[in-house]
Amino acid sequence: MPAVQETVEQVRSIDVDQYKYGFFTDIESEKAPKGLDEDTVRFISAKKGEPEWLLEWRLDAFRRWQTMQEPKWARVDYPPIPYQELYYYSAPKQKAAKSIDEIDPEILATYEKLGIPLRERDALLGIESTGGEGSGKARVAVDAVFDSVSVATTFKEELAKAGVIFMPISEAVREHPELVRKYLGSVVPVTDNFFATLNSAVFSDGSFVYVPKGVRCPMELSTYFRINERNTGQFERTLIIADEGSYVSYLEGCTAPMRDENQLHAAVVELVALADAEIKYSTVQNWYPGDSEGKGGIFNFVTKRGDCRGDRSKISWTQVETGSAITWKYPSCILRGDESQGEFYSIAISNGRQQVDSGTKMIHLGKNTSSRIISKGIAAGRSDNTYRGLVSAHRKATGARNFTNCDSLLIGDQCGAHTVPYIESKNATAHFEHEATTSKISEDQLFYCQQRGLDPEEATALIVNGFVKDVLQQLPMEFAVEAQKLISVSLEGSVG
Amino acid sequence: MNAEIRPMRTPAEQGLSGELKNLPLTGDARVRALREAAAQAFNDNGLPHRRVEEWKYTDLRTLMREALPISSPAQSAQVEAHARLLIDTGARRLVVANGALVPELSDLADLEPGLSIAPLGTALAAGGDLVARLGTLEPGRYDAALALNTALAADGVVIAVAAGAVIERPVHVAHVFSGKAAASFARNLVVLGEGAGLTYAESFEGPEGVAYQVNSATEFVVADEASLDVVRMQEDGASALHLSTLLFEVGKGVKLNAFGFASGAAVARTSLYARLDGADSAVAFNGAILLKDRQHADSTLFVDHRTTGCESRELFKHVLDDSSRGVFQGKIVVRQPAQKTDGRMMSRALLLGDDAEMDNKPELEIFADDVACGHGATCGAIDDDLLFYLRARGIPLKEAQSLLVQAFVGEAIETVANDELRDALVARAEAWLKARA
Repeated sequence: MPAVQETVEQVRSIDVDQYKYGFFTDIESEKAPKGLDEDTVRFISAKKGEPEWLLEWRLDAFRRWQTMQEPKWARVDYPPIPYQELYYYSAPKQKAAKSIDEIDPEILATYEKLGIPLRERDALLGIESTGGEGSGKARVAVDAVFDSVSVATTFKEELAKAGVIFMPISEAVREHPELVRKYLGSVVPVTDNFFATLNSAVFSDGSFVYVPKGVRCPMELSTYFRINERNTGQFERTLIIADEGSYVSYLEGCTAPMRDENQLHAAVVELVALADAEIKYSTVQNWYPGDSEGKGGIFNFVTKRGDCRGDRSKISWTQVETGSAITWKYPSCILRGDESQGEFYSIAISNGRQQVDSGTKMIHLGKNTSSRIISKGIAAGRSDNTYRGLVSAHRKATGARNFTNCDSLLIGDQCGAHTVPYIESKNATAHFEHEATTSKISEDQLFYCQQRGLDPEEATALIVNGFVKDVLQQLPMEFAVEAQKLISVSLEGSVG
Repeated sequence: MNAEIRPMRTPAEQGLSGELKNLPLTGDARVRALREAAAQAFNDNGLPHRRVEEWKYTDLRTLMREALPISSPAQSAQVEAHARLLIDTGARRLVVANGALVPELSDLADLEPGLSIAPLGTALAAGGDLVARLGTLEPGRYDAALALNTALAADGVVIAVAAGAVIERPVHVAHVFSGKAAASFARNLVVLGEGAGLTYAESFEGPEGVAYQVNSATEFVVADEASLDVVRMQEDGASALHLSTLLFEVGKGVKLNAFGFASGAAVARTSLYARLDGADSAVAFNGAILLKDRQHADSTLFVDHRTTGCESRELFKHVLDDSSRGVFQGKIVVRQPAQKTDGRMMSRALLLGDDAEMDNKPELEIFADDVACGHGATCGAIDDDLLFYLRARGIPLKEAQSLLVQAFVGEAIETVANDELRDALVARAEAWLKARA
């Protein structure tokens, strides 16, 4: 009987355990010895066949990291991370694959299950493409990172024809050392913060993108991060450089198996936009959030920063945060070039016992720079959702403009929503506006929807979708569809 | 963020710790214990610096270079000459000079029925239920300015309004500093019984060229259904360091309207803690701060909604000329039981000087779902279009600016209910603008 079936589903959905990417792929992998010391750093560096300068750079970071303390200012509460109990390197055991056919079928199957096509043929045909609707038209080049290594990068040749370099960063170190050396750590310095320094010491893989002068990247680029192995941390490093007058849109997705213990993800993303360049960076973060009691889940400590180095450059961050037990993430823009622009669009949804402390920094240094922040936080269950942001204008930032809007929505009376903005203006001509609201879903709106035959959960989903619309509109088509689905899944069980 | 820093004690900290060896003797064992605990807390934690979140923008460790000796009693004649603020408002004036109530300069005659006024020193010596409230409003966390005040303030004013008594004539506590550079500490206690009504004014002034230090704290205990208006005017001398703390405990169905005007002191910090314990109260905390030269003023608010149906409104206006720096930190906390809370906080700053700086940090911390809370913050220069409009009508630039600034701060000053006090505030703002032009 359908009613019974519905009841069963209803009961199941009260748990937050709706995570559908929680499976584990059983493949043999090669790991670094457990724990972290200089030898681990050397091991990783050697595995990657890195030049001497990079090893030195890593060791320097590691030595500095040992003197640093974990930051405590964020509104998150978590047990101490056992840094010496983690594996800092884990790679599927196989020879480097020259073509897609040489990749372990288990891994291919994993990505297929996740809906990520690694075979260009499939992607071209639009089979199982990332989005669903609209696929077949839009093509996306994918760099698939599995634990500590990149297993495949699609459309490399086609991109190369346009002059775009898109490859795993470990490969870029070998093939384009001059670019890597010039830009690595130039946005997020080695000693930026505890987690960024740790990443600098042990980062394993990630994507490297270089878009040459005047080139508009012919397709969307994307990286799909998958944590698979137990007790491993993932420390990816992404570096995107948009040379003068170029444009690139980059997507990032992430998932992990369901496990009782927490896993650490400490990534660093650096973006450099030179004069007249534009980078659009979109993330759908769906790491395993832990179960309804807060057991397990990913600790996501990420440093993301974009540097609008050239005049009239533009960096736009869009993020949909639904996963992770702990999110500590502040994608930022340094508006160095005159008339440069920074944007931050964010939806952060927390349910169960998730804790989110996320926001952005807009640092206005150049003249007539402008920035825009739209942040939507939704807290349900017993979660805590904090927006923390900084907007600052330097003395010389004449004519800086900022508009910030951060709204929070509370669903249920056990959750918390917090807003902690810092607005610092050192220039009289800078013009900053900030507004924030917190409310619950209005009873009138719910009543209106229910009167028209929607059940409370559908009504909530509808209202929430309206609430986050501003941000969803900023996402590329394929992602917007996925994000919308994700939002309804994340909020399942939060009503009633 | 990096290694734990255990800073060296600054000369000011050492000096203050020296002062704390001789705590005032007034008060019973409870007060004595409060003083000792506060002194210990200061010795353990010292002055706040920029890594202490609540003092992020007012690094007292750097700004307070030295600890001054505690001031000796002031001479009445000198005080009389200095006390000029709010004198024509018809308020009952009580003069607190260098931290001590001066009876001969205070209007203590013909108290309205239900109103009682006493010097804190005398009240503490006598004991009783009233002074048993002293120190009970302190927030659960360390606040250096308040700890020093609790430990060292020997005198001030205790004002009580009996249940049901509505006192029409405002009571004005005029804090005056006179004499050589020294530190003065004053502690006031204002207790309103059920259904009582009072307008309480507080002003601060002192000589221009003297680098004195003022540390004042006032506790307001507002019982159910009472109505309290607070008007403050901080006009300390241009070299002074001004620290003040306002503590409110609000019962149910209370109407509370507090307004602060400030254009004095080299460095000023006002902390306000409001605890809304009773349901359905309406509170407002507003301010207008006008700064010039290298003045620094920090207004920090904690509004703690603990129960249902309260409304809170905050409106702060900063006008910053030259290289001055304004700081606004406002935090609205809505605890889980505080459903149906309605909180609105707004901070607006007008930067007139090229080197002026405004730091805004409006915070919301919300644990209840059925609420409507919001905050806004803006900062920028005077709108060119508005200036153009006025100048096109033949109004010179400076005058046009003055008009617009007046309108800007006027919005906050308008919230003051008492006509005489409001007029005095408007006049003060106008005088500030005139001095600028």
